[in-house]
Amino acid sequence: MSITAEETREQIVAETKTRNRALIDEVLKVYPEKTAKRRAKHLGAYEEGKSDCGVKSNIKSVPGVMTIRGCAYAGSKGVVWGPIKDMIHISHGPVGCGQYSWGSRRNYYIGTTGVDTFVTMQFTSDFQEKDIVFGGDKKLEKIMDEIEDLFPLNHGITVQSECPIGLIGDDIEAVSKKKSKEFGGKTIVPVRCEGFRGVSQSLGHHIANDSIRDYVFEKQGAEPKVFEKTPYDVAIIGDYNIGGDAWSSRILLEEMGLRVIAQWSGDGSLAELENTPMAKLNVLHCYRSMNYISRYMEEKHGVPWVEYNFFGPSKIAESLRTIASYFDDHIKEGAERVIEKYNRLTEEVIAKYRPRLEGRTVMLFVGGLRPRHVIGAYEDLGMNVVGTGYEFGHNDDYQRTTHYVKDGTLIYDDVTGYEFEKMVESIQPDLVGSGIKEKYVFQKMGVPFRQMHSWDYSGPYHGYDGFAIFARDMDMAINNPVWSLTKTPWE
Amino acid sequence: MSDKLRQIAFYGKGGIGKSTTSQNTLAALSEMGQKILIVGCDPKADSTRLILHSKAQDTVLSLAAEAGSVEDLELEDVMKVGYRDIRCVESGGPEPGVGCAGRGVITSINFLEENGAYDGADYVSYDVLGDVVCGGFAMPIRENKAQEIYIVMSGEMMAMYAANNISKGVLKYANSGGVRLGGLICNERQTDKELELADALAGKLGTKLIHFIPRDNIVQHAELRRMTVLEYAPESKQAGEYRTLAQKIHANGGNGTIPTPITMDELEDMLMEFGIMQKEDASLIGKSAAELAAAV
Repeated sequence: MSITAEETREQIVAETKTRNRALIDEVLKVYPEKTAKRRAKHLGAYEEGKSDCGVKSNIKSVPGVMTIRGCAYAGSKGVVWGPIKDMIHISHGPVGCGQYSWGSRRNYYIGTTGVDTFVTMQFTSDFQEKDIVFGGDKKLEKIMDEIEDLFPLNHGITVQSECPIGLIGDDIEAVSKKKSKEFGGKTIVPVRCEGFRGVSQSLGHHIANDSIRDYVFEKQGAEPKVFEKTPYDVAIIGDYNIGGDAWSSRILLEEMGLRVIAQWSGDGSLAELENTPMAKLNVLHCYRSMNYISRYMEEKHGVPWVEYNFFGPSKIAESLRTIASYFDDHIKEGAERVIEKYNRLTEEVIAKYRPRLEGRTVMLFVGGLRPRHVIGAYEDLGMNVVGTGYEFGHNDDYQRTTHYVKDGTLIYDDVTGYEFEKMVESIQPDLVGSGIKEKYVFQKMGVPFRQMHSWDYSGPYHGYDGFAIFARDMDMAINNPVWSLTKTPWE
Repeated sequence: MSDKLRQIAFYGKGGIGKSTTSQNTLAALSEMGQKILIVGCDPKADSTRLILHSKAQDTVLSLAAEAGSVEDLELEDVMKVGYRDIRCVESGGPEPGVGCAGRGVITSINFLEENGAYDGADYVSYDVLGDVVCGGFAMPIRENKAQEIYIVMSGEMMAMYAANNISKGVLKYANSGGVRLGGLICNERQTDKELELADALAGKLGTKLIHFIPRDNIVQHAELRRMTVLEYAPESKQAGEYRTLAQKIHANGGNGTIPTPITMDELEDMLMEFGIMQKEDASLIGKSAAELAAAV
């Protein structure tokens, strides 16, 4: 009796599940009983047909483990607000938070730095002992005065609170209000994103979203003064233009006939934020960090939003068609035209790299949308993602992940340094995609690695242009001849 | 000298008379030939005004803020010498409602220690804000700071409640460090059975009522002149009371105890025992005077 392909597949899935379960048990063994019990809820293997990945998420990390997470300040200053290029973002508190997060997310932008744009600069109130004891309000006022003097072309200021601000009760709202009045109604946004709030950077995204609602939308009233609408206006939400991602996305939308009126927040400006409620449709890439403001605009301004995925040609085509479905035939035809236009590029990329990458396995651990969104791009190159997890995802992220992962895929939420190392050691994937803190650990284990937060100083990875670069980079990592030299000569 | 340096601290409910009691007592100790340093740990900076005859002085923190940081300060900048060569330092702190006064206390005490402020002193006395609201105000009871805590209290319910709470703070640090409860000082408020109550509370807390200071208006007269009673009216009966207290404290070195704080219920039971609260009064809890009058 011959074995059918279906039976073989089933057998492989069953074996994978058994292996993954055994691996989880083994990893949990080193923990004290209570820790093991808590961590067990965050580890699992996806069961086909289930509505989520079967793991708990968005829960405080266990003390003593090495978590990969960030803090609320990182979520607000680093992710949401930082890339708004024509505003100055003050890291309010001691110098470290601003210094160590300075320029680390590669949010590209157009402008003259220090004149009309400020993304790669670092502004901090550099708290000293006396500021803690006597409060930092006066210093904050002085910084704002200096900003107005030195950078007169700034379009606004945000105050990004570091931990001590919440402890000593600095009244950043009052200072912002006072200075806004003094500066002729300038937008000044106090953000209560103290690092100790919440369990990860995720709450920082939410707080930052809320501050845009309260200090950009609600302060300006119903509509901006001058704005000519068109029926094809869309806003890109949740693209941080890392390595130029938003640019390689924007051209596709424009080529299909849409007008992009705002980029949130990569290469974005305050005026773009203000104009966004005028959009016909908000297209949302990073759901985790900007679903809050998208829902608000839907409720308050009646702007619908749709999630999309611009990683890899399959998902791009699917997304272009989904976005076009909100518009008339002119746009729908435009979407087909764009897909057709890039077909040759796509085929060439796949023809070149797929044979070199076919069947290779990947383990991911990133934040935001990437633990699921990039899976399609790998699959377009014939690769398999065998494990994935979110730094700070919530259950709705794990629900969305079910559309991407295969039956039996290993899932690890808020993975600890130890767990990740053990799992990679055991599974021996051909590639690990995670962050800078993980990079050298795995490379020293002889496992090829790509940073999937910063694109390892490469990019863009979004859109068709980005896919070509993505494919090249993955090949470069995996098929680098250096790996054949890592064998220990005396063994 | 410093091998016999005694570090003491005065705690107690706000407004109970900590600063007045401590300055008068320290003035009396100074008459006994002791070299004294007073460290005021209250943002209001009024712990040394009777010794210095001036209400406010340059505090450690205000000078540090002016200069940039505490590292820019010299000890001479902050140390003032007052009555009978008693040396005085005020920690100072922010205006009410801003910043972190607790951190200010920590900063100041560290500065004083690092700069040898305690050299040559027989006594260092910390005068601390009424409520230990955060870790900063517990600084003087931590390790290697005050060895004996004196709690100023009265026969009022809330003063005794505060005394019990402060004992809890002392107990917390007594096991990790060397801090001990030196005793209670009752500052008479002329409440019912005050002496007996204070004595009983001291017993419950595992300490003693070290002295009962009778109420005397001369303290007010002296205070209005920004003076201690010892300086204003050295021959007065009240000056004698403070001298007695000073002698008792001086003799009390090393006799501190680890306190045994009680529960709120035990405290109330004690008041009942003394007939200040009646057992049957339980029915009166939460009733206003008008309601009670209507019930009769």
